[in-house]
Amino acid sequence: MTTVLRPPPSACPACDVAGPAAEMAGRAAVQDKGARLLLSLPTIHCAGCIAAVERGLARHPGIRSARVNLTLRRVSVDAAPDVTADEVIKQLEGLGYEAHELDPGILSVTETDRQGRDLLMRMGVAGFAMMNVMLLSVGVWSGATDATRDLFHLISALIAIPTVAFAGQPFFRSAARALRAGRLNMDGPISLALVLTVLISLYETLQSGAHAYFEAAVMLCFFLLAGRYLDYRARAVARSAAQELAALEVPRAIRLQDGQQHTVSVSDLVPGDLVLVRPGGRVPVDGVVVAGRSEIDRSLLTGETLPAVIAEGAELSTGEVNLTGPLTVRVTAAGKDSSLHRMADLVAAAESARTRYTTLADRAARAYAPTIPLLSLGAFLAWMYLSGGDLRLSVNIAVATLIITCPCALGLAVPAVVTAASGKLFRKGLLIKDGTALERLAEVDTVVFDKTGTLTMGTPVPDNLDDHPESALGVALGLAEASGHPLARALARALNARGIRPAEIEDLREAPGYGVQGLWQGRMVRLGRAGWVGATHCATTGAYLSLGEETHSFTFTDALRPGAEEVVTALKSQGKAVWLISGDVAPAVEAMARRLGIAHWHANALPEDKAEKVAALQAEGHRVLMVGDGLNDTVALSAAHVSISPASALDAARAASDMVLLGRDLAPINDALRVAKASTRRIRENFWQSGVYNAIFVPVALLGWCTPLWAAAVMSLSSISVSLNALRLK
Amino acid sequence: MEVLAILIPVSLGLGLLGLLAFWWTLRKGMYDDPEGDSRRILRDDYDDKPKQD
Repeated sequence: MTTVLRPPPSACPACDVAGPAAEMAGRAAVQDKGARLLLSLPTIHCAGCIAAVERGLARHPGIRSARVNLTLRRVSVDAAPDVTADEVIKQLEGLGYEAHELDPGILSVTETDRQGRDLLMRMGVAGFAMMNVMLLSVGVWSGATDATRDLFHLISALIAIPTVAFAGQPFFRSAARALRAGRLNMDGPISLALVLTVLISLYETLQSGAHAYFEAAVMLCFFLLAGRYLDYRARAVARSAAQELAALEVPRAIRLQDGQQHTVSVSDLVPGDLVLVRPGGRVPVDGVVVAGRSEIDRSLLTGETLPAVIAEGAELSTGEVNLTGPLTVRVTAAGKDSSLHRMADLVAAAESARTRYTTLADRAARAYAPTIPLLSLGAFLAWMYLSGGDLRLSVNIAVATLIITCPCALGLAVPAVVTAASGKLFRKGLLIKDGTALERLAEVDTVVFDKTGTLTMGTPVPDNLDDHPESALGVALGLAEASGHPLARALARALNARGIRPAEIEDLREAPGYGVQGLWQGRMVRLGRAGWVGATHCATTGAYLSLGEETHSFTFTDALRPGAEEVVTALKSQGKAVWLISGDVAPAVEAMARRLGIAHWHANALPEDKAEKVAALQAEGHRVLMVGDGLNDTVALSAAHVSISPASALDAARAASDMVLLGRDLAPINDALRVAKASTRRIRENFWQSGVYNAIFVPVALLGWCTPLWAAAVMSLSSISVSLNALRLK
Repeated sequence: MEVLAILIPVSLGLGLLGLLAFWWTLRKGMYDDPEGDSRRILRDDYDDKPKQD
C-alpha cells in the first residue's frame, strides 16, 4: 500500500532508504541558471544503480555529464542552460529512480567541503612528516651517536616544527577560544603538550642532548587529527542528509485580488487578504473560510485519521490539507503569528527546558583536562627538588609526562565508535542527526509512540471488500476514481489491486463534503457519507455506496506500519514501558493499543498534553524515547530524552527529533537501541583502555625512565587498540 | 656513513613526493565519494576494450 512511486524492491538493505521524496518531487522546479543541477536519489545503492543513472542521463539531450555520489546518494548534472530539473526528474523516474531537486546552496556545500579537506590536508601533512621523522628517529634509537644523532635531530626539527605549526592549528585555535571564554577544554593540554614538546626537543637538539621528542609531537598531531576528522565526517554526512530531508515545499499562496489570482510568497500575506486553497493544497495561513465547502485533513496537526467537514465560517490552521473542494479563506494570521509558528515557540521552550546532556566524553574531558598540566607541573617541581635544581632534567621529565598523559586515545575513543555505529545504522535506514543521541538512547526505559503516521502508515485500507458483489465493487471503483478524497483513493487503489474493472458511469460529479455521484445504467449512484447516501452509519471509519435502493458500506482500518508489531513486542520483552499517546478519538486509539498489546494509552491528547505526559514520565525518573511524526508531536519530541521520527514526518517534527527513520519500516528502532547499548559499552571500554595505559606508563614517566621510544610506542598502541575496539561493534 | 648524504635527501624527497601526490588527490576530490568509488571499480564500462591478443 504505497502511495508513492517506488522502484522494485531489492535485496540491499540500503534500498529501504525511500522517503518523502516523491511528495517533494512535485514542488516547483526552478530552472537553474548555472546549468548545474543537484538531485537527491534516495534509492540508489549499488554499482548497477550508478551505471544506470549515469548512462541514462547521458542519453538525454542537453545533459553534458552526470556524476553520482553514492556516499551522499546524490547526482550532480552538468547540463545545457535550457534543461530543467523537472525534465531530469522525469528522465530518472523513467529509469525507475525517484529523485528530487536539491537547492544547490553552493555556498554551504563548498563550505563543508572546504572544512573536511582542510582537516584531511592537515592530517596528510602530519602523516607524511610522521613517517619521515620516524625514519630518522629509528636511526637514533638503534644507536646513532654524536654528530649523526645531532644531524638526525636537526633534520627532524626542520620537518616537525613547520608540521606542528600547520597541522596543530585546529587545536591551538580551539584551545585559545576556550581559554578566552575562561574554560579549559581538552585542546588546552593538547596544545600545551605540542608546543612544549617541540620547544624542549629543539633546545635538546641545539645542546646535543640524547633525547628529542619530535616524532612524538608529530604523531600526537596525526592521531588527534584522525579522531577530529572521523568526528567531522560523521557529522557532515548526517548534516547533508538532514538538509535533503528538510527540502520544504515552496511556501507560496494564491491571493485573490480584484477577482484575479496572484501567486505570492506566504510572507507577503497580511491579515484580511483573501486566499484560495485548491483541493490537495496545504493551507498556508490561519484563517476563516468565507466561501466553499470541503473536507480537510488535520492528521498532521492533531493526529485525527478522519477528515473533518467544513463550510463557511470554519476556522483553518496552517498546515492542514484541503481535500475535496476549493476554499476561499480570509487570512487571520500569517507568518510569525500563525499557529505553526506558535508551535515552534512551544518547541523552543521545551528544548530549553531539556537539561543539556553531558556526554561521556565531556565528563571524561572535564575530569582529565586539568589533571594533565597539574601532573606534569608536579613532576617538574618534584624533580627540581630531588635533583637539587637540575632544570634541564626536570623539564625533560615534565614533558615526557605531558606526552604520555596526552589524551590521544581519548580523542579517538568516542568518534571512532560513533562513526562505526552511525555508519551501521545508516545502512539499516536510520539517520543519526545528533552525535550524543546514541548515548542517550542507550539509557531509555520508556517508549512513547504516536499513533497516526507513526505506528500506522496514515493511509486507510478497506477491510471488508469480500462482503460485496462484484458489480457493486465495479460501481464503487468507477465513482471512487473520480474523487480526491483519501478514503475514495484508498478504495480505488485496493480495488485496482484486486483487478476489478470500473463500471461505466456518466455524469460524474463530486459534491464537496458529501461524496461523488453519477448515473450507472440509468440509475443514480452515490459514494460518500452515510447520511447523503441514505445508509446507516457504521461504528468505524467508513464510506457508503448506494445503487438506487440497495446500499453497501465499506469499512476502513489504518494500515500498520511494517515492523510496528515486532518493535512493540521486542520493546516489551526488553522490559521497557510502552505508551501510546494520540490526538485521535478514544475508540481508534484503544483498538490500536489492544491490537499491539500496549497497556498504557491516552486519547484526545493535545500537543501540550503529549509534552506534559512525557515531562511527567521524565519527572518520575524515566528516560523517555518519543517516536512521533506530526506537528502535534514536535513539542513532545523535543521534550523527550531522545526522539525518533519517520521520514514521512513533517519537517518540524524531523527537525525536533534526534534520529530519522529513512525507510517505511519501524524495525530499525530495535537495531538502534541495540547498537546504542553496544556503542556506549565500547566507549566506556575505550576510556578504560586508555586509562589503563596511563596508569601503567605515567609512573614510568614520573620516575624519569620514559624515553622517546616508549612515548611513541605507548601512544600508537593505545590509539590503535582503541580504534580496533570501535570496529568490533556489531 | 657517507651514504647517508644521499639516502637522507632521497628519503625526504620521496616523502615530499608522497605528500604532493596526496595533495593532488585531495584537490581532485578523490575522497568525496568513498562508497561510490568502491563500487565503481566493479564496473566494466571504463574498460570495455581490453587489450586483444
